[in-house]
Amino acid sequence: MARAHVTTTINGDVVDFLCEADQTLLSALRDELRMTGTKEGCGTGDCGACSVTIDGRLVCSCLVLAVEVEGKAIDTIEGMADGENLHPLQKKFLEHAALQCGICTPGILIAARSLLERNPDPSETEIRYWLAGNLCRCTGYHKIVEAVLDAAREMRS
Amino acid sequence: MSTTVKYVERDLKVVGTRPLRPDGVDKVTGRARYGADYNLPGQLVGLVLRSPHAHARIKSIDVTAAEKLPGVKAVVTRDDFPDMPVEYAAAGELTINFRDVTRNMMAREKVLYDGHPVAAVAATSESIARKALKLMKVEYEVLGHVIDVRDAMKADAPVLHEDQFTVGVEPKPTKPSNVAKRLVFGCGDIEAGFKKADLVIEREFNTKPVHQGYIEPQACLANYTEDGQVELWTASQGHFTLRAQCAKVLAIEVSKIRVIPTELGGGFGGKNNIYNEPLAIALSRKSNRPVKMVMTRGEVFRATGPTSGAQVKVKMGCTKDGRIVAGEAELNYQAGAFAGSSVPMASMCTFTRYDLENVRVVGHDITVNRPKVAAYRAPGAPIAVFAVETIIDEMAEKLGLDPIDMRLKNAAKEGTQTYYGPKLGAIGYIDTLKKAKEHPHLTAPLGPNQGRGIATGFWFNIGNETSTTLNVNEDGTVTLMIGTIDVAGGSRAAFAQMVAEELGIPYDKVRPVVGDTSALGFNFVTAGSRGTFATGMAAVICARQAIDKLRERAAAAWKVPVDGVIWENGFAKPASSNVGDFEPMSIAQIAKTAGRTGGTIAGHAEINAQGAGPGFGTHIVDVEVDRQTGAVKILRYTVIQDTGKAIHPAYVEGQFQGGAVQGIGWALNEEYIYNKDGRLENPGFLDYRVPVASDVPMIDTVIVEVPNPNHPYGVRGIGEVPIIPPMAAIANAIYDAVGIRMQEQPMSPPKILKALETAAKH
Amino acid sequence: MARIVLASNLNPFAGGTTELTLEVDDVYRLFQALAARFPALEPHLEHEVAVAIDGEIYQDVLFQPIGPDSEVILIQKIAGG
Ligand code: FES
Ligand code: FES
Repeated sequence: MARAHVTTTINGDVVDFLCEADQTLLSALRDELRMTGTKEGCGTGDCGACSVTIDGRLVCSCLVLAVEVEGKAIDTIEGMADGENLHPLQKKFLEHAALQCGICTPGILIAARSLLERNPDPSETEIRYWLAGNLCRCTGYHKIVEAVLDAAREMRS
Repeated sequence: MSTTVKYVERDLKVVGTRPLRPDGVDKVTGRARYGADYNLPGQLVGLVLRSPHAHARIKSIDVTAAEKLPGVKAVVTRDDFPDMPVEYAAAGELTINFRDVTRNMMAREKVLYDGHPVAAVAATSESIARKALKLMKVEYEVLGHVIDVRDAMKADAPVLHEDQFTVGVEPKPTKPSNVAKRLVFGCGDIEAGFKKADLVIEREFNTKPVHQGYIEPQACLANYTEDGQVELWTASQGHFTLRAQCAKVLAIEVSKIRVIPTELGGGFGGKNNIYNEPLAIALSRKSNRPVKMVMTRGEVFRATGPTSGAQVKVKMGCTKDGRIVAGEAELNYQAGAFAGSSVPMASMCTFTRYDLENVRVVGHDITVNRPKVAAYRAPGAPIAVFAVETIIDEMAEKLGLDPIDMRLKNAAKEGTQTYYGPKLGAIGYIDTLKKAKEHPHLTAPLGPNQGRGIATGFWFNIGNETSTTLNVNEDGTVTLMIGTIDVAGGSRAAFAQMVAEELGIPYDKVRPVVGDTSALGFNFVTAGSRGTFATGMAAVICARQAIDKLRERAAAAWKVPVDGVIWENGFAKPASSNVGDFEPMSIAQIAKTAGRTGGTIAGHAEINAQGAGPGFGTHIVDVEVDRQTGAVKILRYTVIQDTGKAIHPAYVEGQFQGGAVQGIGWALNEEYIYNKDGRLENPGFLDYRVPVASDVPMIDTVIVEVPNPNHPYGVRGIGEVPIIPPMAAIANAIYDAVGIRMQEQPMSPPKILKALETAAKH
Repeated sequence: MARIVLASNLNPFAGGTTELTLEVDDVYRLFQALAARFPALEPHLEHEVAVAIDGEIYQDVLFQPIGPDSEVILIQKIAGG
């Protein structure tokens, strides 16, 4: 079967790739472009490890077909830091020990950034509900929530 | 010989602080590479054909059509692996039997559970591999199956293994049975004990299997070369034991297999054993191409280790004043398709927290048509403790005693004789109970339908085989090569802290790296909460060796005896003014010329670490029960645990919080659901519901530090204990809230509603 | 002679014996002596048994010394998740 040609923008750079018609965006990122920072925990939209944004909208990349992103702008974990300057969320996750194994971390960071773009001053409850689609089996979420609260505080000041 | 480095109290500069972890930046930027993140040129995709039946005899396997499909490069079945005799080896939890290991990775005579591997294929793309699986023809003779332990123990139950006769019963049975083993632990005279009791309570508890639920599915990449060498990248808790298992089942020499550990996306006991690794190697050998195999979430649920479900019967007696005089338990634990559940360790944990004179615990290890269980954080203990801690709560209530006082009255302490053998050393159980009594959580007001529960847990912890190397680099920085996997996150930080403390240099001058199997001597799996204890001890030994060598070089430079040189704050200094007046030499100065003064300064430890300190914890939880829906909401949670010494307190807290939340999931939501055909009905995160952020509150933590005398910094293992108390604590809180005693897990809304209805009728 | 105690779970493999004294100076020799005396116990010694010597637990430590007056308790080996 002929593979589809897709041109898109990823983390600000124009990128093109070939993919199969039924291939997910997650698979295109990981297997075609070798951008393995975005993780797969389930492939069915239940864990959030594959979170990315498309034109600023938070999605599970395992539920999006790669061909759908033609002409769109995708942001992944690989583009979160600005050069050697980590994003405040990344810094706060490190300071608060908000990751253990770290497999959920890229997805949670992307989701948390998306929250803070919409709501710069979220309550603990708002953070918990926003992140309810991102599973973390290691941390019990406590330090993740603390880190997001602290990052929001810093970003507001 | 074994190695123990004794605890010495001293002032600490680095140990006990909260530096950033060395692997942190890679993990927040997406750079860290986990099992599925490795790729090689020309790699193939490997997939597994799995049994759709719970129990069936394999009559024939025909893969010829699949092999002919263009793009298919290799197919393997049972015929590609040697049969193995009964032979035991240690693998994290308990011991494994290679006869079973080889049958679990690829079915031979029979399939024993839904999801049991039957064949594997390597193809140039995933879609071709999928097509190939569809072309394989397997003829089955479906047999009767059994899922529940209570059914499996019945005389007329379908038997999984015709050659399995219950071990531990006299005379030796003549009929095969699903009960693989019977164990009895005990002390004193149980009958006499119950005669002394004023109050006797006997209850039965039943629990479902739950999965470790690590977010990273099993993933590996194998590269078998033309000269018979194997490179294997895999995400596991122990690359050395994985190498040993692969070598064995593939009949390849150990030196020919090099396992490169990847970052691990969670294990919790579930990644101690081989699954796809030997299949990937065999496919690579057959195809002469690298083969990558990544499990789907469904495969993880269907075919990798959950923990046991169990039936537990407990009977306890106490006097009017709350002294427990007898404890008796029968633990019937699912092993899954092959013998070897955690029932031996669960049996030893059941009552250990209490100083009891009369105990009897009978454990049964039972095979059923489910995936072979794997270790899960404090293997087996939470289930037995659910029963015992619930009964103690009921006793305290009936006697009008405070539940913490009741536990204090019976608490184990240093010198307590356990019923499984040894006496306990220095432990902090009573300290955790006292801290619980003082905690503001205990006196906070509760509203209607709200309740508070407490429960406690114990885990042994272990040490064992560990190899570590430390090199002082030419600029005075230090590379620490460790062989235990950073399963918890933060263990690399803890090792660097201990080494920096010993050498008297800044934390960021020490770079810890996990070495592959060719870089170090053998390391046992990171399990049993042994990582920070055993590798920490090895790292300290390495650092002390390096210090001796640094002192020797300074002594040679100064032409003084080595005894005249001390090491202080990263410098060699004359021990006293009698030695002479020398300018102190820094580690960097000595390292700079090391090549010309005798060679690299290094330290090695190849040890068998012993003297692990048992861990104890007390949990307090508040819940609210919704009488309309049956939903239980966790309102507040406090974990208090003895860590011996928290090297990096933030990651200790993280272990407490993560373990507690896994325990909350176990208590309230998680369960394996099988249909009448023995097929798993909920192999995904949508229907197998692990806790999400909005399900839980902040988890308060209190770190208690009663040093383990057998570790240079007093470390005890900490990872296992936090998952033990939650089930019981939550059950006790539910009782406090609405007056129902839950004896079944999960305590999910339908079960709570049913229990409320039953209670209302009485 | 060291005092050897078999934890209750091992009794069935030693004909019900719970305690005995043996002239052994390390764990390796202890296991050899026990295997000779109780053949049914032998298969369990290598992978299922740990020892507590004078209160300290040792796993997989064959050459650990046993003193002439030591108390040695044979127990179930321990692991974890
Ligand atoms: S991998 Fe996409 S949600 Fe889990
Ligand atoms: S840190 Fe391991 S899953 Fe979140």
